[in-house]
Amino acid sequence: MNLPSSTLLVQSILAGIFTGALYGLLGLGLSLSWGLLRQINLAHFALAFLGAYLTYQLAGYGGVDPMLTLLMIVPLFFMLGVAVHWVLARFKVTPFNSLLITFGLTIIIEALLQWIWTADYRRLDSSYAEHRYRIGDVFLPLPELITLGLSVAISVAIWLALKRTDLGKALRAAAEDAPIAAAFGINQRALALMLSGLNAALAGIAGVCIALSYTLAPSQIYTWIGVVFAAVMLGGLGRPMGPLIAGCIIGVSEAVTMAVASPSWAPLVSFSLLILVLLFRPGRA
Amino acid sequence: MRRSLIIVLLAGVLLAIVPYLGLPAFYESVLYLVFHWVALATSWNLLSGYSGYFSFGHGAFYGIGMYTTATLTSQFDVPFLWTLPAAGLFAALFGAVLGAVSFRVKAVRGELFALLTLAATFVVATIVLNTPIDGGQGVYLSAVPMPEFGPSPSGTFYLLALAAAVATIVIALLIYHARFGIGLFAIHDDEDVAEVMGVPTFKYKVAAFALSCALAGVVGGIQAMFVSYVTTGDVFTVAMPLTVVLMSVLGGTRHWLGPAVGALVITLLLYSFTAGDSAVLGKVAMGVILVGVILFMPEGILGQALKRFGRKPQGRAAVASLPPSAINEKARQAEGAAGRTSDVRSGEALLVARDVAKSFRGVKALKGVSLEVRHGEILGLLGPNGSGKSTFINVASGHFPATSGSIVFRGRELVGINAHRIARCGVSRTYQIPRPFAHLTVLENVALPAMFGARLVERQQAQEDAWRWLEFTGLAARAHALPDDLNLHQRKFLEFARALAAQPQLLMLDEVLSGLTPSEIDEAVALIQRIRAQGTTILFVEHVMRAVMALCDRIVVFNQGEVLAEGPPADVMARPEVVSAYLGKPIDDGREPPNASGVPIHA
Repeated sequence: MNLPSSTLLVQSILAGIFTGALYGLLGLGLSLSWGLLRQINLAHFALAFLGAYLTYQLAGYGGVDPMLTLLMIVPLFFMLGVAVHWVLARFKVTPFNSLLITFGLTIIIEALLQWIWTADYRRLDSSYAEHRYRIGDVFLPLPELITLGLSVAISVAIWLALKRTDLGKALRAAAEDAPIAAAFGINQRALALMLSGLNAALAGIAGVCIALSYTLAPSQIYTWIGVVFAAVMLGGLGRPMGPLIAGCIIGVSEAVTMAVASPSWAPLVSFSLLILVLLFRPGRA
Repeated sequence: MRRSLIIVLLAGVLLAIVPYLGLPAFYESVLYLVFHWVALATSWNLLSGYSGYFSFGHGAFYGIGMYTTATLTSQFDVPFLWTLPAAGLFAALFGAVLGAVSFRVKAVRGELFALLTLAATFVVATIVLNTPIDGGQGVYLSAVPMPEFGPSPSGTFYLLALAAAVATIVIALLIYHARFGIGLFAIHDDEDVAEVMGVPTFKYKVAAFALSCALAGVVGGIQAMFVSYVTTGDVFTVAMPLTVVLMSVLGGTRHWLGPAVGALVITLLLYSFTAGDSAVLGKVAMGVILVGVILFMPEGILGQALKRFGRKPQGRAAVASLPPSAINEKARQAEGAAGRTSDVRSGEALLVARDVAKSFRGVKALKGVSLEVRHGEILGLLGPNGSGKSTFINVASGHFPATSGSIVFRGRELVGINAHRIARCGVSRTYQIPRPFAHLTVLENVALPAMFGARLVERQQAQEDAWRWLEFTGLAARAHALPDDLNLHQRKFLEFARALAAQPQLLMLDEVLSGLTPSEIDEAVALIQRIRAQGTTILFVEHVMRAVMALCDRIVVFNQGEVLAEGPPADVMARPEVVSAYLGKPIDDGREPPNASGVPIHA
């Protein structure tokens, strides 16, 4: 093990923050649906990749600006999320069964992606990828900056909405005790449908960010599950700022591990963190 | 059970003939895959299906088995077959350590346990990848000599996988019918209550986990040789445990054969699609099936089928209908023979509590309570809401650990020992809000404490005893119902029956009468009198004054976590400090207090 130069270290930390922002963005919808709706939505990852492939198609072949695909993806995914929740609520699915059902959905979406776009790796060539800003010796690529900006803006917005608005308070009350909240006149079902729509839309936005910076393959859906769950748990369920902050902690510790040791050691850090959180602070869940 | 065992073994023997029939090797490979998944899913079910601790770490244990075999054969030239026990042992060791650590943390249940085991998978994968075990290159086993006991190499693999599958199913079947299995099912429904009824929950979970891992490890060892090239990327995946979960849930996790059924269906389905070059369609089918089964058949294929076509449970088996007092007598004689006769005589202290304190963070629920329960009496424990009565029962039964103090029961210190050991000493309790095991029938609910409480009788005997206790409490007609189908009155009596089935020396009743109608209360009072007539000592927490006055020999009044008064019921209830604890202090303005003007104070 040899210590890396300070430039490399700064670049690593930045890279970690960028990855962490994406962990946070992916984890946000997951954390909200787990914490506030008691649903563990594995399909979140599959939806994100569906969004990524749609962006790839629209931007790569349709010539649409990747950011503009959001105009289509956000409403579409909102409706998808509402539909999925309608089914889960209709059958009164328990948290654990929601995990299994959404795993079933994940398999279906994965097969769909494989059928349309094949199992080969795909990469979106957009004009964004060429833009990089330079500060001193450190490079800041534009797609990652967009991801970071979106992630921070959305996390803060949702945090404020949950904390300050009546709608947010109603949501938190319904999560705490649905029947009591209903007795106080909160339409829990409508709120839950709306929140699921929002979560799916968040998956779509994360998908656009994935398309901007990563190579796509249907099997990649599964590679994100472990580390994003670690960020969600570490951040505390249902806390909007949690995934972003925890994601950045994990991202940076991974990136530094990669720089100091070797890239293949990186997962050890995030998963050991997750295990420690589960053993010593299980109350966060 | 014996019939099932014979059928499984017979099926195993018949299937063992297949490689000698000279069928194309293709059939052997398909069936190899079926057996492979049957063994994996069934092994997973031992912990996860039976006890409800869904593990997503099955890939890790399977992978440890694969790498054990790969390393031992390729680097140490150990013959392949000898590596299989080692593969099982390493996987079991890892599972036992992981279990011993994670089961210590009470909150790590359900989704959290699933996540923890998933994370453990990736930790193991990273370590394997970065150490010489794998080294990042993967391990080739193509040069390892294959044992030749089958008619052909593919036949040998077939026989190995068949043996693993049959062995795993037999183990699952034996556990299903054993005390161990009943304990695991109780843990599934309500772990805390299981522990209080005498199930050594920690030990059982660790043992089930280790066994489940060992079997997965052996299957992994066989698979390593079968694929002859092992990489971390293929072995330690999320998809593998999820597939196993899917198979088990599809077949039914509450039955020993469920996972095997699910594995058979899924493997054949996937195979028929890949064979037809439509792997994508196969995946879609798998996803649709998973969603459909959970929404429409939450008990799985086998669970649903048994419910619809299974034999209706028989009425009570012909047992000599002894009155419960007689069995109690028998039990007492048996105890006497075993030299365990209580040396405590009537009127002497059976349980002595000294300065028992219990705090929940800042809240002091018990602040140094001292009391004694005397042999053969009914001691009433009274006090306003929040005075610590239920907490005392929870501490004495081991449901909560005491913060300090000592509780001695027949010369044995109860503070600091596990709840299941307290139950084995001869203490049992009821819960204020009934907490039956939701998936066990009324009969099984009552048989369980007989198998785990002070007596530890065998299953057959426990069921016979359970019938008697059901008759005693008037629930015999509902023996095969599930607790959810009972009304509150029956659920309360089920609590009674369960507590009695353990044949305790000390029975602690926590507000068994609350919520009952006056006529139901009369029935319950009569029941308690019958229980006492058998010589059981009773600690009775109750608000219904009429019952307290009718039943109790002595009462102890709690107030704000302390003992306020103690003595004969009529005497204690007349004391001014007791009256004011219940009704507040009279206003001292010269006028007469309200109760002095003839207003009755009875609750």
